[in-house]
Amino acid sequence: MINLKLEILRRKSPEEIPVWKCYDYQTPDDHANIASALNDLNQNLENPVRWECSCLQKKCGACAMIINQKPRLACDTPLKEFVKAGTVRIEPLRKFPVIADLIVDRTILFENLKTMKLWFEEEAKTNGSQIAYEASRCLQCGCCLEICPNFYAGGDFAGMSAMTLTARLLTALPDSQKKEIFKAYRNYIYEGCGKSLACRNVCPAGIRIDQLLVNSNAVAVWKRKFRHEK
Amino acid sequence: MQNVIIIGAGLAGLSAAVTLAEKQISCALISLQNSERAQSVLAEGGINAALNTMDENDTVQNHYEDTLRGGVWLADPNAVRNLTSHAPEIVRWLENLGVPFNMTDSDIMLRNFGGQKKKRTAYAQSSTGKIIMTALIDQVRKYEASGLIHRYAHHNFIKLLLENQICSGVRIQNLYTGEITDFKGIVLLCSGGLNGMFPAVTTGTTQNSGDVTATVFRQGVRLGNLEMLQYHPTTIGISGKRCLVTEAARGEGGRLYIMKNNQKFYFMEEKYPELKNLMPRDVVAREMFFVRREFGGEVFLDMTELPEIAWQKKLSDLRLEIIHYLNLDPKSNPIPVREGIHYFMGGIDTDEFHRTNIKNLFAAGECCCQYHGANRLGGNSMLGALYGGRKASETIIHTADFVSEENINYSGEIPSPASPVLIQKISQILLSGLGIVRNQNSLQTALENLQSLSGQKEYNFYEQNRLLLAEAMLLSALERKESRGAHYREDYPDQNEEFRKTAVSEYDKTIRIFFRPIPEMRSD
Repeated sequence: MINLKLEILRRKSPEEIPVWKCYDYQTPDDHANIASALNDLNQNLENPVRWECSCLQKKCGACAMIINQKPRLACDTPLKEFVKAGTVRIEPLRKFPVIADLIVDRTILFENLKTMKLWFEEEAKTNGSQIAYEASRCLQCGCCLEICPNFYAGGDFAGMSAMTLTARLLTALPDSQKKEIFKAYRNYIYEGCGKSLACRNVCPAGIRIDQLLVNSNAVAVWKRKFRHEK
Repeated sequence: MQNVIIIGAGLAGLSAAVTLAEKQISCALISLQNSERAQSVLAEGGINAALNTMDENDTVQNHYEDTLRGGVWLADPNAVRNLTSHAPEIVRWLENLGVPFNMTDSDIMLRNFGGQKKKRTAYAQSSTGKIIMTALIDQVRKYEASGLIHRYAHHNFIKLLLENQICSGVRIQNLYTGEITDFKGIVLLCSGGLNGMFPAVTTGTTQNSGDVTATVFRQGVRLGNLEMLQYHPTTIGISGKRCLVTEAARGEGGRLYIMKNNQKFYFMEEKYPELKNLMPRDVVAREMFFVRREFGGEVFLDMTELPEIAWQKKLSDLRLEIIHYLNLDPKSNPIPVREGIHYFMGGIDTDEFHRTNIKNLFAAGECCCQYHGANRLGGNSMLGALYGGRKASETIIHTADFVSEENINYSGEIPSPASPVLIQKISQILLSGLGIVRNQNSLQTALENLQSLSGQKEYNFYEQNRLLLAEAMLLSALERKESRGAHYREDYPDQNEEFRKTAVSEYDKTIRIFFRPIPEMRSD
């Protein structure tokens, strides 16, 4: 049996001043995680905690939030980690505007991808590239942006979630797009990244961000070929 | 302003949006969350196409026949002909969008999947859905930037706008601001399967609530074959849901067994020597149910003899997932697996052109009843979604009269969501009737329990819709007095040609179920 106090930073609207609320939570499920706890808790709350989730198996990135000061996916955070302390603190991501409770508006993340024009303009085969595969696994959850000392919403640095998508494109970028994408990469990724690599340890998908970054820098900035490519 | 409104931004919705954009037709792409959160990202094993890259003399005809046979002759053969003949072109299209499929030395590699004798399933390790979605989302972004696709993430479908059985748009709520808007245009529903009718026991997402289907049913949209739920043979229970173990595990050599007299009994290999562990999913799931009932204990999936290369290049994600959730390494340990609700072959009733019974309303993807008959073959879902979305858009392009009207703000009442307690009660009732093995008694009892629940109090908008859909699901299962594909009736264990028809559910003050013949195969 797991017994925990869930401390959740709550607000009904963006304008409201947030307040920590504490809930006693108990479950017989030793494998329970923050996502299942929130779902359970909401069954009995008059004002359910607003949060976003979808797949519940760390494949969609919807439930990113700050759990004990660390950006994580609720569905990938087992409660048993907190049993000893008896309490866990849950709050919304801080780099994005809060909508209510644990919901944040991550629109800026997607707008950055549009600003950088991250797409293929013409047919492009990646030929089973391992780099393209690894890069395609990015959840666009925002955990890497949250932990990054250089990213802030509205700034020029688009962060590693934009780097991963660029990394896929770079494996097969048509000549006609090279100038523009290389320039975007330099402006929105390379020049903003302070190489703290704080992002390396928080990716819920376990993407080797530092390796992708080195490769992408090599291609887009130093005009070298990919390393580690088959 | 937009010409077409697409509800849902998974594979079907994105495919439809790109098809429209390529013809310079604008659309509003409406979804509860961004596409990265769509259920399509959970698809694992691959996508079928008779590319014949493995020297097995595979043909479109084989794919067509396997799909019809797998669906136990309940699918529209003309639609399946279209689907399978366009499959190679669709996979090549994905390849050209930069999807990093696993490759042979020179071409796309294919793997074995259930119900098919030839290697026909193109894949990207065991995360094929996610990898395809990333490429497709990039492509959609191009048209978002050029103003042809207008994305409305975090928006909820409330209902169709209908005038004299003609659809003129949808009522939508912005979940971040609460604002409600009437969007005007042709409507294409790509809202996914009915997972939310069975919360916590399917392999799907929490976002596929079934509310769209339930609502449009109440508004007069016909549904088809609601009794056809696919139980995937290999799932594992994790907190809050069932987690899929891809059919590719068996495609790459995984074997199912149960302990019988202290020995491993490879029941699928013994009973089905030709396709063995790769029989269609309905057969495997049913056999698992029966052997468990007979011998007790759990069924195990044994992947311990898979070659190292399979773990490195084909199933690396699956291995990590199993270790994460079961604390067992499938390389060295068989894992216990159970059947879990995975896919809905039934849904919004459409013709092969993806038209519903309401003018200017179309449906594609898992929300619609098309292509898969009584049982879907593994590898055909992503194909059905991509092709269906495209086909629906083509129909719209060729036949619809576009009217450009401004969206209108709506200031009326916002319906409350359904109570989680009621959702659970309905789910329990449905599960008691719609298990892998069904009969008149259990279905009738479930129906009576549901009707009693319906009469207990006044329910809100979403609750009423959900109760109606649940009732139609049970009635449809009761009326199909035969066993076919995913619908197995102990009291009618045989297939009956009389029922080789679509079970159509219709609501107009009361629910009516009628059977409509499957279209004949055209010779063109």
